Amino acid sequence: MMSQGLVTMSYVAASILFILSLSGLSHQDTARRGNYYGMAGMAMAIIATLLSDSVNAYIILIMALAIGGFIGTKAALKVEMTQMPELVALMHSLVGMAAVLVGYANFLDDTSVLQGVEKTIHEVEIYIGIFIGAITFSGSVIAFGKLCGRIDGKPLLLPARHWLNLGLLIATIWLGSIFLSGAAEGGGTFALIIMTLIAFAFGVHMVMAIGGADMPVVVSMLNSYSGWAAAATGFMLSNDLLIVTGALVGSSGAILSYIMCKAMNRHFLSVIAGGFGSAGGEAATVEGDVSPIDIEETTQLLIDAKDIMIIPGYGMAVAQAQHTVNEITKLLHAQGKTVRFGIHPVAGRMPGHMNVLLAEAKVPYDIVFEMDEINEDFPKVDVSIVIGANDIVNPSALDDPNSPIAGMPVLECWKSAATIVLKRSMATGYAGVGNPLFVHENTRMLFGDANDSMQAVLKALNK
Amino acid sequence: MKIGIPKEIHLGEKRVATTPDVAEKIIKLGFEVYIESGAGLGSNISDEAYKEVGCKIRKNATTLWKNADIVIKVRPPQMHPELAVNETELMTKGGQLISFIWPAQNDDLMKQLASNDATVLAMDSVPRISRSQKLDALSSMANIAGYRAVVEAAQHFGRFFTGQITAAGKVPPAKVLVIGAGVAGLAAIGAAKSMGAIVRAFDTRPEVKEQIESMDAEFLMLEFKEDGSGEGGYAKTMSKEFIEAEMALFARQAMEVDIIITTALIPGKPAPELITAGMVETMKAGSVIVDLAAEQGGNCALTEKNKVVVRHNVTLIGYTDLPSRLAAQSSQLYATNIRHLLTELCPNKDGIIDVNMDDEVIRGTTVIKEGKITWPPPPPKLRATPPPQTEAPAVSGIEKEEEKKPIIPEAVKQLLPLLIIGSALFGLGSVAPVSFVSHFTVFVLACFIGYQVIWNVSASLHTPLMSVTNAISGIIIIGAVIQISSPGFMITLLSGLAILIASINIAGGFLVTRRMLEMFRK
Repeated sequence: MMSQGLVTMSYVAASILFILSLSGLSHQDTARRGNYYGMAGMAMAIIATLLSDSVNAYIILIMALAIGGFIGTKAALKVEMTQMPELVALMHSLVGMAAVLVGYANFLDDTSVLQGVEKTIHEVEIYIGIFIGAITFSGSVIAFGKLCGRIDGKPLLLPARHWLNLGLLIATIWLGSIFLSGAAEGGGTFALIIMTLIAFAFGVHMVMAIGGADMPVVVSMLNSYSGWAAAATGFMLSNDLLIVTGALVGSSGAILSYIMCKAMNRHFLSVIAGGFGSAGGEAATVEGDVSPIDIEETTQLLIDAKDIMIIPGYGMAVAQAQHTVNEITKLLHAQGKTVRFGIHPVAGRMPGHMNVLLAEAKVPYDIVFEMDEINEDFPKVDVSIVIGANDIVNPSALDDPNSPIAGMPVLECWKSAATIVLKRSMATGYAGVGNPLFVHENTRMLFGDANDSMQAVLKALNK
Repeated sequence: MKIGIPKEIHLGEKRVATTPDVAEKIIKLGFEVYIESGAGLGSNISDEAYKEVGCKIRKNATTLWKNADIVIKVRPPQMHPELAVNETELMTKGGQLISFIWPAQNDDLMKQLASNDATVLAMDSVPRISRSQKLDALSSMANIAGYRAVVEAAQHFGRFFTGQITAAGKVPPAKVLVIGAGVAGLAAIGAAKSMGAIVRAFDTRPEVKEQIESMDAEFLMLEFKEDGSGEGGYAKTMSKEFIEAEMALFARQAMEVDIIITTALIPGKPAPELITAGMVETMKAGSVIVDLAAEQGGNCALTEKNKVVVRHNVTLIGYTDLPSRLAAQSSQLYATNIRHLLTELCPNKDGIIDVNMDDEVIRGTTVIKEGKITWPPPPPKLRATPPPQTEAPAVSGIEKEEEKKPIIPEAVKQLLPLLIIGSALFGLGSVAPVSFVSHFTVFVLACFIGYQVIWNVSASLHTPLMSVTNAISGIIIIGAVIQISSPGFMITLLSGLAILIASINIAGGFLVTRRMLEMFRK
């Protein structure tokens, strides 16, 4: 059995390993090592806790660990890369649920000997911990449903939803005071349960009101919440490791949310409040005709081009075209052409999702660039290929102040000599925005399934 | 259906209505293509080249016309010089013809064709809408004419186009004025610019200013507000005052520039006279004028149709067959236009054409349908360039918002969050016990570390970052592990469950991160 001092020291080491783990992700070269640091930190923390004096219910503990570990391993090995957002959302909900459960367990535990202010603070910590955990749980479950299409992606806008939220918040605070006075006399369970239900409803309502296009923000936001839930649990248990880790995760999620909001030119509060595109005037309608192109001409354009930029969107992943695209990339690269990928921060359904999808298709990461790195290069590009993307290449974001996506930074592919847009048919994008790119004079539309079209181009290039 | 391509019989006409490349694609549409022997010679295409792609050769014009369902030509039908019959008489009754027709000028021809129950599609009547750009032969030909106009000018101009500094001294660049920035004008601007000349351009339609400037030429502005855009993207006749201002501008320019290329045409009207005899006189000796409007009477008073003349030491070029002087190029583009038209006409790719009068493009192009004259078509609905989107009102709206005085002054706004946070911390510190404060210190510092570390994470690794933070936030398991040994069944149950789901997170998060990171390769 380990002394309390040793356990604390292990926690310090684990905290440092977690920080190293996150900082390892700053480069591709160190990322794998970072992940191993994280594993080591986690193992150290768990083992130290298991060996500490306060633990003795080993049988149930190890059983739970084994079952959970088995399920997690299974899920990690089986999940498709396109389903990463769903998996991440699901895991957020688990953290939230765990926070709720630990909070209740802690509340029921009457072995603590706290008195006076300390006791009150402890009760407040329990209350807040359960509240955040519950919101994280129900919000993530709804986000999961939206991401895998089981719940409609359209924002559900209840009338007077801001008042409703305010009402729920006030009710939570009021129940809090009841809970505190009740807890002082050993009661308060009822208030705690009611509050938990309210928090569940709050989480559901919050995510339901957010549109499908804002999903990357939601996922990052819930990531942040799961961190704060862990931190709150840390306060509750007076455990610095939980506090540190929770704070790390919480600020990580907050920064990702900020980056995503910036990439869509959305105010964070307005995303949370929901209702995409409800502000602003009438957007200019898109007039003009599209010029279609066939496989043969596409191939010819690619053969004649020196500098090619591929702009993938989530549609590429849906059509499973990334492997074919990689084959084409390799072929063109072997012919001495410059082929690059331009990734918009919200190209996938969660931050960095598109990079993972391309990595899965074995696209080398040194030809995959962020929007800010390559947006100025477009005038020099001969051919841009837009695959399954719409809003992220919409010029009206820049020149139509009434557009629902006005001000969002976009990949300026229309500045290249020619743009080929792969599209199943003419329809508006996820955000319901008409795209003037499609009728731009340098744009050619290649209609059909993205994978079929790319296969045909690959075949024609191989000839 | 059988398509016949006769040899062009107009004197000096070197173009041909299809090239082997295009014929191959037409055959893929399900048609049979027959070529009159020697039809491609003017464009340097031998009969063998046609045969190689699957065309069949007809010995003479009579057999070709007799056995074709569709005849495709460049020039309108006319008297055959060798056979001494009109081509319309060679045509089978009820046959189909695709060529330039110029129905406004060729009333007799239209009647003859109609009396033969023919269906005629005129390449000069393709409506000017964006969908039909790919079959707009007039634009293709105008493009070539514009390019060729510069080549002709260069040939008759005694100096370089480009400026040079040589050992023998400095050569100033030639100054070129292009009047009318339609397709031909823009092509001329591009060609002259790429030869190194200083190019200025004038047009009555203000919307072309951007196009001219995008080609690095100077747009000559008139201090006069009048929009010259007419229907279908063409220019219209301007007011008297405008024309006077315009003429004054040309008079000034004539004294300065070396080469003038005029392309000003208004549909259905004689070409406007823009360069008077007096202006020609004021031009420098050796200057050149290329008049692309010579066919319709010319933009210059002294132009003679189809001739090169020298007046007042200025060479005036009045060729009307500039596309034919670049025959191989013209044939190829014309043939491609024809192919696009056939694609529109034959949507099923079965070699049978369907003259669908509900289609705006086909409706406009068809001038005679089964003996009935259907020309002129109803006017096209769209302008060639979409109307500029008016941003002005929206922008002013934004400005108004900015003008609104902020309720809180900027300096206070920046300090306010700091003040609030500061006072909150102060309030908390005054009541909170020591143990809480020490935890809180750890929390705040950890937030700052997180902030610093996460900003360094590469954007391409944001998904792995999320999954690894997911795994790490499974650290909540520690809380459950500590709780589970407390007495009470409920506590054990709740903690056990928490351990179970948190361990899903830990195992799942780390392993999926590892899986993802293994995929990233150079």
